[in-house]
Amino acid sequence: MTSFLKNLGGHTGRVILALVFALPLVFMLVSSFKPDDQIFGDLGSLHAFLPVGALSLDNYTGVFERVPAARFLLNSVLISSITVVLGVIVNSLAAFALSRMRWPGRKLVLTAVIATLIVPFETFALPLVWWVNQLPLLRVNGFHLEWTTGWMDTYQVQILPFVANAFSVFFFHQYFQSIPKELDEAAIVDGAGWFTIYRRIVMPLSGPAVATVAILTFLPAWNSYLWPLMVVQSEDLRPVMVGISYFFQLNVGWGQIMAYSSMITVPILALFVAFQRSFVNSIASTGVKG
Amino acid sequence: MTTMIAALERLRPVRRTRTTHARRRESLTALGMATPAVVLLIVFVVVPLALTFALSFTDARLISPTPPHFVGLDNFTRLIQDPVFFKSLRNTAYFAAVVVPLQAGLALVLALLVNAKVRGVNFFRTVYFLPVVTSMVVVSLLWTFLYRQDGLINHMLSALTFGHVEGRDWLGDPATAMPAIILMSVWQGVGFHMIIWLAGLQTIPAELYEAADLDGAPRRHRFRHVTWPGLRATRTFVLITITIQALGLFTQINVMTEGGPLDSSTTVVYQAMRTGYEQQQTAYAAAISLVFFVLVLAVSLVQRFLTREKD
Amino acid sequence: MVFRTRRLAGASVAVAAATALVAGCATGSGGSTSGASGNTLTLWTHNAGNSAELDVVKKIIKDFNGSQSKYKVKLQAFPQSDYNNSVVAAASARKLPCLLDVDGPNVANWAWGGYLSPIDVSGSEVPLSDQLASTVGRYKGKLYAFGFYDVALTFFARKSVLNTYDIRIPTTDKPWTKAEFDSALAKLKKSGKFAYPLEMGTGGSGEWWPYAFSPQLQSFGGDLIDRDGYKTASGTLDGKKSVEWATWFRSLVTKGYMAKKSGADPNKDFLAGKSAIQWDGSWNAAKNAEKLGDDLAIIPPVDFGDGPKIGGASWQWAMSSTCSNKAGAQAWLKFSRQTKYFVDYAKATGTIPGTEAAAKQVDGYQPGGKFNELVQFARKYAVVRPVTPAYPYISTEFQKAAQDIIAGADPKNALGQAAKAIDNDLKSNNYYAG
Repeated sequence: MTSFLKNLGGHTGRVILALVFALPLVFMLVSSFKPDDQIFGDLGSLHAFLPVGALSLDNYTGVFERVPAARFLLNSVLISSITVVLGVIVNSLAAFALSRMRWPGRKLVLTAVIATLIVPFETFALPLVWWVNQLPLLRVNGFHLEWTTGWMDTYQVQILPFVANAFSVFFFHQYFQSIPKELDEAAIVDGAGWFTIYRRIVMPLSGPAVATVAILTFLPAWNSYLWPLMVVQSEDLRPVMVGISYFFQLNVGWGQIMAYSSMITVPILALFVAFQRSFVNSIASTGVKG
Repeated sequence: MTTMIAALERLRPVRRTRTTHARRRESLTALGMATPAVVLLIVFVVVPLALTFALSFTDARLISPTPPHFVGLDNFTRLIQDPVFFKSLRNTAYFAAVVVPLQAGLALVLALLVNAKVRGVNFFRTVYFLPVVTSMVVVSLLWTFLYRQDGLINHMLSALTFGHVEGRDWLGDPATAMPAIILMSVWQGVGFHMIIWLAGLQTIPAELYEAADLDGAPRRHRFRHVTWPGLRATRTFVLITITIQALGLFTQINVMTEGGPLDSSTTVVYQAMRTGYEQQQTAYAAAISLVFFVLVLAVSLVQRFLTREKD
Repeated sequence: MVFRTRRLAGASVAVAAATALVAGCATGSGGSTSGASGNTLTLWTHNAGNSAELDVVKKIIKDFNGSQSKYKVKLQAFPQSDYNNSVVAAASARKLPCLLDVDGPNVANWAWGGYLSPIDVSGSEVPLSDQLASTVGRYKGKLYAFGFYDVALTFFARKSVLNTYDIRIPTTDKPWTKAEFDSALAKLKKSGKFAYPLEMGTGGSGEWWPYAFSPQLQSFGGDLIDRDGYKTASGTLDGKKSVEWATWFRSLVTKGYMAKKSGADPNKDFLAGKSAIQWDGSWNAAKNAEKLGDDLAIIPPVDFGDGPKIGGASWQWAMSSTCSNKAGAQAWLKFSRQTKYFVDYAKATGTIPGTEAAAKQVDGYQPGGKFNELVQFARKYAVVRPVTPAYPYISTEFQKAAQDIIAGADPKNALGQAAKAIDNDLKSNNYYAG
């Protein structure tokens, strides 16, 4: 009983805070099923958070009429997952070399990599547009490959700039540090090469770090907005966030905006809920602790 | 950054037992492994950044029939006479100065709340983290709707106080626009740092708490003498990530206020974007970006100095 | 070990190649980035979010592709809010499509910047001379773009409400004067029925501000820039008349006639009776008429001294300078200039048809029709936004100044700052010569 009372304060705090964090999102989800008039009408009461009134899927059907949502979702899934897979490989390889191997210049490289963390992407986005168009592109023409120039309007221009990430390198680096180096030495004595150590020893022990980097790479990839607007022209290649701006022409239908926002948010929320425990534990067990 | 540099310092020298040949192979392999990431960072961050900085010494325009010319420091002299730039600096500093302690502190409170061994903590962790998973563009749109004069927040305020508190147009008033954005930003981002704190809390050995309990130390003391010192490294990490994130404030401003009203919410990155894209003054925007880069670097170094490990 | 290093390098190359391949496959069939590949031309439009208008574009393309076998036009639609950014990004990479639409006031800037190529539409079904002047995009005497429709600004009100408060319903021949307008607002405010009797969409953003409010500035006798050579804004944008406008504009807020920031949907608020008079575009005319019937009053802009004014020029079609198949692009442009398409556009978007011939076929817009007044507004009152490459800059500065004024900035200072910034921009661009 006393322990219950002692915890009462904590429980109340937790519940109130939970309401603060959840209610705006509940409002979004609930409103997505209501006609515009009712969204505004319900603002004055608790109905704003409750699925009551004339609920329907009209907003959702409206969204599909206005935006090729299925295609956008497919693109985003493709772009985000390739970015995640490549990001995990590329950054962990670099972190492995930086944290477990000895070579001239590694300190310099690590410092330089970390320094790139402080630049917001927006500040160099436009020169980057020009620059990616000077890059060579290998593409399939009929049955042979040919080289052309310019990455505009491709999947890769939405993927490759975001594969290498200073934060991911740093994160893996920290985690790898916590794996005993004696393992490497033992493996080398057994005749294993560095790549084998990376693949067979270090990576299998780094599940939590991989999970964390995967999630932290996935979120911005899924949410990217400014960049695809500048470099992708074909509707077939656009990701989900771009769809948001389809709703700001002429009269804004708030119900449809809520529906579209819910549609692109809820799957991610569901994914997170499913992996919540391992995600939290993974960060907890990685190098972020210092 | 301290954590990161501390990490550098921990690179232990590997015992010199192997042959020169083996070490050469090691170096080559390491280079091969680091190359993909390094090349990608050079191509997609360093080069465009260098381009940006080079542009700041020219008169380049977004749209122009004439090629850019070198103009020396013209853009920078213009910058120090630009009143909006100083407002942007001030607002950015204001935002960071409030958000860093607020978000870090609230995150720590949340972390302590969900670190308790009671039923349902996983549920609460998930709920507190939900906004982090939601895109900032979506969050900004949603809150624009909530903050309206006829929006949800004012209706709730009025209902909760039985009509005694008259809401206002939060984003339309120079006095409240920035605080409103701060509140929303903390709401969105705090869950992430809660997890980081939580991670730190879980690395504090339980024996320390047990020892404190044996001594009969009250909770307050337990926090001050066990928890707080145990979180030193985490503190640095939280401080630095929030600072960098806060100084780069852009999306919220772009979606919610466009810098207004009366420049009360314009920020450095927002001004650079507005000048560079909408107003087509690429070179001037590049100059703003360059100054911004130097400032962030300076802030990071100061923080590193202040939080340096004294032992 | 050497073997392993090599294998690692091999793996990296393989990963890179695989990505390139995936990406290559995805775009291999498109290859549309040079504006045209052979006789397949790409066309960009800002209409992704407006299916009614987009359907007309699709129809013209379908008809054109079916009418001949040489050229194919392929559509790519963009959301409006970021269309200009997409175009600018593509232009910086020299990847513009052959055909694109452009907002009227931007024609000069894009033409000057070398994005657009002059076009020749002689010999098409509808001659240029038949079009509303504001639907033709010229720069330095050359034709760069043309549009199928224009929109008109107008006040909407309920006749019953105006009659109740003894307010004269103005006509095209005798619009409200400033004094009449102010007294009407005072009466409406005094009635206590309306929190804010006047609704001018002050919650909007972007081009709405210069589009909606610079005509009022011009009606006061001010302007955005001295149109004589377009060399300076000082003395014009911050001149006496302009400051008068700004002071009046601010007073609308201080007197409680107009909200500092209007609600989420101004037209809905008007229809719900929350506001008495709405300053809006002709695109809502049909919707209002449907809801209010004969009670709807379509009211000409107020004459603030220099005659009633509205903004002219809406979206228009153009050809890019980098187009690799200009003959094909011209063929499409000429083909599209048929009266039936002018009619389709106007019907789909509720806008004013670009020609008289088309207006005759659109319900309500024919002479004597209930929306014909809007055609008259467009003919009599339309002022095009300054035809200078500096316009996009002027637009952003005016927008900021107007928003600051509403928020309480000193009118003279706000306009003075904008004028100074515009002059600086003009000077640093050598007055957009070249």
